[in-house]
Amino acid sequence: MLDDFMVRAVVAATGVALAAGPLGCFVVWRRMAYFGDAISHAAILGVALSLMFSFSVSAGVLLTAVAVALMVSQMSGRSLAADTLLGVAAHGSLALGLVALSFLPGVRVDLMGYLFGDVLAVGKADLALIWLGALAICAGVGWRWKRLILATLNPDLAASHNVDHRRERVFLMLAIALLVAVAIKVVGALLITALLIIPAATARGFARVPETMVLLAVLTGWIASFAGLGLSLYADTPAGASIVAGAVGLFLAGSLAQKVLGR
Amino acid sequence: MSLIATTGVDVRHGRNTVLTGVNFSIDKGEIVTIVGPNGSGKTSFARVLIGALAPSSGTVNRAANLRVGYVPQKLGDTSLIPMTVLRFLKLSGQTDPDKIKPVMAQLGIEDLQSRQIGNLSGGEMQRVLLGQALLCDPDILVLDEATQGLDQPATAAFYRLIEEVRKSLKCAVLMISHDLHVVMSASDRVICLNGHICCEGTPTVVSAAPEYRALFGEGTGGALALYRHEHDHHHDHDHHHQGHKEHDHAG
Repeated sequence: MLDDFMVRAVVAATGVALAAGPLGCFVVWRRMAYFGDAISHAAILGVALSLMFSFSVSAGVLLTAVAVALMVSQMSGRSLAADTLLGVAAHGSLALGLVALSFLPGVRVDLMGYLFGDVLAVGKADLALIWLGALAICAGVGWRWKRLILATLNPDLAASHNVDHRRERVFLMLAIALLVAVAIKVVGALLITALLIIPAATARGFARVPETMVLLAVLTGWIASFAGLGLSLYADTPAGASIVAGAVGLFLAGSLAQKVLGR
Repeated sequence: MSLIATTGVDVRHGRNTVLTGVNFSIDKGEIVTIVGPNGSGKTSFARVLIGALAPSSGTVNRAANLRVGYVPQKLGDTSLIPMTVLRFLKLSGQTDPDKIKPVMAQLGIEDLQSRQIGNLSGGEMQRVLLGQALLCDPDILVLDEATQGLDQPATAAFYRLIEEVRKSLKCAVLMISHDLHVVMSASDRVICLNGHICCEGTPTVVSAAPEYRALFGEGTGGALALYRHEHDHHHDHDHHHQGHKEHDHAG
């Protein structure tokens, strides 16, 4: 069954959506969208470095994403605002990555795949990596769930429950870095943030407790994956972009439904 | 043994020294109020006590397995995360509906339980925050200017509520405040903070202390007296509870 490239694409996309659901909710609740961008742009630098020194692209992306995540979390709160620093990190690492790639002859073709994803080209090993990563993220978020929620609501309230909000923040950053590393083949570096934010934003209006929002975000991501890949198969559109377009469609439909329902 | 004790606590934010050499302790069942003007370091001190802020030097000792019920000034932006009042209360660790119901009844927040916390009024939110703190089954309740943004009657009602729940819980209470005239008479001990401890003692001792007068002026003396009168009037039953304490209530 996994021999069919379309089946593999569906399995890959649903795996990414499974992890993007819960992480996306935290990104939306904590206004970390720009942080997601910074991490995913750092992925391009990771691709360049791993091609230059010829080691595994996933490992290279993961390492750079983690390095940028830790750097940003260390530097924020000084004399520059967090979004300014993130702007430096995001576009700096993207630019550095593109410059570095230009020194490597013959990889220009591959670059498109990393920027926009190439879900139709995922192999069985990629699938294993995506699902291992996604399940690890879900297990981690489930394990720290209450701590993450408390830290998201109020750092001092979290402290009174013996929860260090900085540790939860670092956990979320590392989880997003891991997601970027496993998702880069599916949607590409430029659209990963979309997959984090849009399903969560779609779910927000329909949820009354955080747990429901996570489930609805995952569901939205799955429907968007099926719809996007279907569109890609029949209309020959780029798969990653089609999945994101599907999510946007659901977001608009959800917003409209809420208007109609008068909520 | 005290619940929380600090010795020689200094807090510095960058080059600013916020607190110097604070020695403090609070015992089981004690009500302590910390008063101080804006920028006196009282919120930093509360954050040191609950473990949200590590002191730059000095030590903080907490009793083993200390349960802290903390009521912040406000939560921050609560509109982004979907959260009903009931779900929020369960974050206390208490998830048994039979245990949550009486607390909601006592605080008058039963009707709010399926409301979103982002849509509550200031007074409703403070009662919900207090509910969360109480459901932690705390050894100590820490309130950091919990009545900020409430009008005078709502503030008075909120403090009456705290006195009431404290009687049933028997926990220690630490209040950070600048609404002196409302808080002081209920406290066993008042600590006047302005970067360091200026003076401390029973409410009457502190309100008469020159250091306190220098910080807050003579004007609050009048307000204090006024509140005591009110306090007598509405809360005759409180005197049984506080009767064993030495300090003068009648003003």
